[in-house]
Amino acid sequence: MTTWDNAQRLRESRKRAGALYARGKRVEKKDATALLEAVIQPGDRVCLEGDNQKQADLLAVALAAVNKEKIHDLHMVQSGVVLPEHLDLFELGIAKRLDYAYSGPQSQRIAKLLFGGKIELGAVHTYLELFARYYVDLTPQVALIAAVSADREGNLYTGPNTEDTPAIVEATAFKDGIVIAQVNEIVDKLPRVDIPGDWVDFVIESGKPFYVEPLFTRDPGAITETQILTAMLAIKGIYAPYGVQRLNHGIGFNTAAIELLLPTYAERLGLKGKIASHWALNPHPTLIPAIESGWVKQVHSFGSEVGMDDYIRARPDVFFTGPDGSLRSNRAFSQVAGLYACDMFIGSTLQIDLQGNSSTVTADRVAGFGGAPNMGSDARGRRHPSQPWLQAGKEADPDSPAALRRGRKLVVQIGETFGDKNVPLFVEHLDALKLATKLDLDLAPVMVYGDDVTHIVTEEGIANLLLCRNNDEREHAIRGVAGYTNVGRGRDKKLVQQLRERGVIRRPEDLGIDPLDADRRLLAARSIKDLVRWSGDLYAPPSKFRNW
Amino acid sequence: MIIIASDKALPPNNTSASTDSWYESSARQRVENLLDANSFNEFIGPELRETSPHLPLFDLPEQFDDGMIVGYGRLDGIPVLVAAQEGRFMGGAFGEIHGAKLTGLLRAARDIAWLPVLILFDTGGVRLQEANAGELAIAEIMRALIEARFAGIPVVGLVGGRAGCYGGGGLIAGCCSALAVSEQGRISVSGPEVIETNRGLEEFDSKDRALVWRTMGGKHRRLIGGAEVFADDTVASFRDAARFLIKHAPSMSLEMLEAEQFRLTQRIEQFGTCADAADIWRSLGATKPQSIPALPHPDFVALANDLQEPHYVAR
Amino acid sequence: METLNYRANAPQRAKGSKRQVIVGVVASGNLEVLAERVLPDSECEVDIRTAAEGFGEVWQAVVADFVERRSPGGLKFSINDGGARPDTVALRLAQAVSAIEGERT
Repeated sequence: MTTWDNAQRLRESRKRAGALYARGKRVEKKDATALLEAVIQPGDRVCLEGDNQKQADLLAVALAAVNKEKIHDLHMVQSGVVLPEHLDLFELGIAKRLDYAYSGPQSQRIAKLLFGGKIELGAVHTYLELFARYYVDLTPQVALIAAVSADREGNLYTGPNTEDTPAIVEATAFKDGIVIAQVNEIVDKLPRVDIPGDWVDFVIESGKPFYVEPLFTRDPGAITETQILTAMLAIKGIYAPYGVQRLNHGIGFNTAAIELLLPTYAERLGLKGKIASHWALNPHPTLIPAIESGWVKQVHSFGSEVGMDDYIRARPDVFFTGPDGSLRSNRAFSQVAGLYACDMFIGSTLQIDLQGNSSTVTADRVAGFGGAPNMGSDARGRRHPSQPWLQAGKEADPDSPAALRRGRKLVVQIGETFGDKNVPLFVEHLDALKLATKLDLDLAPVMVYGDDVTHIVTEEGIANLLLCRNNDEREHAIRGVAGYTNVGRGRDKKLVQQLRERGVIRRPEDLGIDPLDADRRLLAARSIKDLVRWSGDLYAPPSKFRNW
Repeated sequence: MIIIASDKALPPNNTSASTDSWYESSARQRVENLLDANSFNEFIGPELRETSPHLPLFDLPEQFDDGMIVGYGRLDGIPVLVAAQEGRFMGGAFGEIHGAKLTGLLRAARDIAWLPVLILFDTGGVRLQEANAGELAIAEIMRALIEARFAGIPVVGLVGGRAGCYGGGGLIAGCCSALAVSEQGRISVSGPEVIETNRGLEEFDSKDRALVWRTMGGKHRRLIGGAEVFADDTVASFRDAARFLIKHAPSMSLEMLEAEQFRLTQRIEQFGTCADAADIWRSLGATKPQSIPALPHPDFVALANDLQEPHYVAR
Repeated sequence: METLNYRANAPQRAKGSKRQVIVGVVASGNLEVLAERVLPDSECEVDIRTAAEGFGEVWQAVVADFVERRSPGGLKFSINDGGARPDTVALRLAQAVSAIEGERT
């Protein structure tokens, strides 16, 4: 006789086991580990919430403290491997298998554990892809999440850092999983309900704010002249001719420079209202001057940013805010927005090869890519037209009939030809390939595939790969902006010159830009303090960014 | 002679001077824009390649001016001698040549030129690679500075650079006739990392930048009488400050030293038990000390003038 | 430290009459360039002391492009390098010529 409610009955037994430590839904902080030992079973798929921003830090510590005789061989499915405890789980033998999307600060240690066989790697995903798998074959049995506050019924207020929570909870709660939330505090009345209480099984009051990394704060004081030059090139050579209004920016200094040049350089070019008005973007502090200057119509955010909450609250016309006035972010929806509703992604990387493939993975660092592979890819399912999308499609395929021609998303890689410590941006072969060999992976961890990349911007110029008609042209378009790297010096000068004559490669002088004009005085803000001033003192940067 | 230095007496901003950020400018840009156009004449310029004899021994790169620019120029027509440290080269640290250039300038001020001296500080202290020579240089500079002041020459320090004014630089600054400091400027002898290393994280968390600035930054120095003028972070504002302080700098005398000793004794009595700069500001009469770090320049200047310690004399 | 020296013929004399200029500072990833008008009008020279060893080929390529683009005849460039990237080197050289030719100060 087939039974059809096994998962429901398992869920009920987990709940009963956990209830020993709870009063209603509430569990004391000191009982957190005991609760996890009661609810989780060996081999479970567990989602420990944490991405490149917020972290369910109390629950991470509690999970790392479980008795591994009781709980072991967990399959962790989570956006970010960020906290030391995330990897302690594997070192201690509590967890065995990992599917994830991003690892920033732990990228070196995760590499060691992978090489040492302590982690069985499923795959390195993009955020959206991992969320998608929560609904197909990686549905969590237990989700450990973080929120700002809960009421007595277990309704949750996530505050501005909603981020991944709705995607995780929906997958877990509606497929018979258990949802455990850490909250900063339990209150009588929530400012707003982000997660309904009947989707939440247990609530632990942590007594202090969950950790949030200020990942999207770039100090304008650290922006170099060369980065400003690349930003000028991008604005004049890509934003302007395509008329890019809907876009996403990466987190690097080059794109921070672009944000800070909008109210100055781009304004002088007469581009206000014509570019950069609608964004899928975290609340970058460096976007404040553009917002205050009236450039930005609307911003939807993956998460919040430390110190930006009051500013966002005071600019509801620009940001998505709840009836309580605070930001409502949502990583899954913003990733979808970046994929389908943005005409351009522009971001930095660590390595670009001769085909235009790029990766931030190096031989000893397994950084996940977070959202970049999703932002930085063409949406094949897209059907709505827009000027930049149509124009890019036409450049790539001028001969097809217009009505049947796909458009193209502009996927732009921007950077200096040499990075930190004179490490070249351009390489013959990505380190990701070596890593794949070493770990016996089916796929090398590529962040943005070459066939999605439309433009590469360096201080030497812009390569428009849409206009390349074969692999040889493509390779030389890349070599032609690779500066004095080995790849750049390996160019055929005549071929590069021909590409330049066709506009495939454009130098600063071709765009009427004098590199000597790339001056820090062009930046709308040159320090964090300037950003605070632009914000009318609403932006409250974390202490580590202050010099006052 | 005792004067009361007050920001109130400052003339309005000279709009002809540069509005460039002092903090962002290089030492050469500061000198160029601080002085009247084309009036600067450098002594021992980079073309003479009078570089450090020590750095090559450590396989380290030299700078042609050894990070110290000295020369003569005019400030609103007034002839002045100027020294400027480049805070990005070796953290603006004092070495043998670097220090000798300033010593020479101060001696020339007394013996030859009889002109006011401006020192544009931007230094982390003594260059580790030239430890003894650097320490000696600090001592020589202090001596030359005091001698110049005894001879009636005003020596004015301007602090607002990336490296702050630390170590021996803090000692030299303390010997100056008067100081102008901006919000970004920091004046201290031991730097934040040194304090943390020697006294522990509980004593001083060097990564807590708000704490660093609250304890050593320009606003605090202005409020406790460690600097006479609080300048905005523009070359123009420092230019105004320099002009004002040259005019009003006290001469060195026994009377002045006694007054300064009295002021410092009073200061330690009044604030010695305060655990944090904010406590000092509160006891100075600030009603909202926590808001002081964020105050814009004109608001802070107004507040500082209100709170200024009574009988605040020169150094 | 590594010392490198390049001499080249320059088709044109650098404009202007300024005797010398200095741009940049010696810091990590940065460099100073002292340009002096001390050579015959048809010659130029670049003298480098760099903290980053083993980049001779890159320097040579940067200098060759620079001489081709700017033709700094009559100028001797003396560089103290704190390990600057080639793009920064090219920028400072261009700034130095621009300054000595009097386009900017």
